[in-house]
Amino acid sequence: MTEHDHQHDYHHHNDHSELSETELRVRALETILTEKGYVDPAALDVIIQAYETRIGPHNGARVVAKAWSDPVFKQALLEDATKAVGTLGHVSRVGDHLVAVENTPQRHNMVVCTLCSCYPWEMLGLPPVWYKAAPYRSRAVKDPRGVLADFGISLPKETEIRVWDSTAETRFLVLPMRPSGTEGWSEEQLTELVTRDSMIGTGFPKMPGSPS
Amino acid sequence: MNGVHDMGGMDGFGKVEAEPNEPTFHEKWEGRVLAMVRAMGAAGAFNIDTSRFYRETLPPHVYLASSYYRKWLLGLEDNLVDKGFVSASELSTGHAKEPAKPLKHGKFGLKDVERIMVRGRFERAPQASARFKPGDRVRTKNMHPATHTRLPRYTRGHVGVVERILGCQVFPDSAAMELGENPQWLYNVVFDGAELWGPDADPTVKVSIDAFEPYLEIP
Repeated sequence: MTEHDHQHDYHHHNDHSELSETELRVRALETILTEKGYVDPAALDVIIQAYETRIGPHNGARVVAKAWSDPVFKQALLEDATKAVGTLGHVSRVGDHLVAVENTPQRHNMVVCTLCSCYPWEMLGLPPVWYKAAPYRSRAVKDPRGVLADFGISLPKETEIRVWDSTAETRFLVLPMRPSGTEGWSEEQLTELVTRDSMIGTGFPKMPGSPS
Repeated sequence: MNGVHDMGGMDGFGKVEAEPNEPTFHEKWEGRVLAMVRAMGAAGAFNIDTSRFYRETLPPHVYLASSYYRKWLLGLEDNLVDKGFVSASELSTGHAKEPAKPLKHGKFGLKDVERIMVRGRFERAPQASARFKPGDRVRTKNMHPATHTRLPRYTRGHVGVVERILGCQVFPDSAAMELGENPQWLYNVVFDGAELWGPDADPTVKVSIDAFEPYLEIP
């Protein structure tokens, strides 16, 4: 067994042994909050449903596809992303402090929160476990190329890498480069190519014709 | 505080492992914890900075060994006990035993859900004009408060350039300690990799943080 496998087993073991105790604690806390009249459990259900169904990377993907298709919108997005996204009915509930950063052949952007887990929820949904975990948070600012290699990605060695550490309430959305071979594609078709990781900066959009 | 949560630049945590087709929640209880944190915050039991501070103050070995939502649960319990909304004895028996403490915004119900689905606004009216402008060279202070701060250790005492002014916003260092919003100008400050990590750093890397004005001085 490699050292790595061993670590993985350890985590699994840990998660299982803590599960029942954690579950009991969560239930106890919710019972108390409900009995004391602080929360309506039905409202908690609706919050959970929203994150499981409505709020996810498809929101960000629509914004990216729109920026790829409409130069005026792209300009507005890069100038004031909150305002620009606010003009789109279907994904307008973004709230304040959104900043979009554009990938170019000269510069690649990557987003991290070294202190906790800040992430553009309204655009991408809740962050994946790796985004919130120590390996990414520790290394993204010091060795971004090494982190990209973990994702199977390499950039030309002269490409500038800009890492955005989300230390305040600003939320960063990476605008990836539009894949070649998509000339004449509709916004809807383009949306299908936009991956969550491409909007964090740890991936690229899918290429036309690649399996979804 | 110089806690274990402040992870930028630490070594030894291994490779980043992405899980294919990861579900929103791995266990049902994770969603309940997330929803309770959002609901109690929206009801006015605590602000987002206080909530972060309670996760940071978990003992380092607990922080490192706990899953993400387990940290949220432990931080939430401590926070609610300290603020007097629940008692340790209630937590151990799993039932309410004492009268409720009034919440600033009242009980969190169905009518409140949509309100929290839009991000809060943190910008406030400035008390003074901004001290720095884009293009200015600034040095982050060598400061080590034992309480909450959003200036990561790996950037302290380093010279960077102001790239954008992000408005005047609630100051987390004050808000987390319930000392008021104390709004401060916020800047995006960019550093060269070598300034942060020394001459062996990848010359193509630049790192930026959002830094509040009290974190910055003239170099």
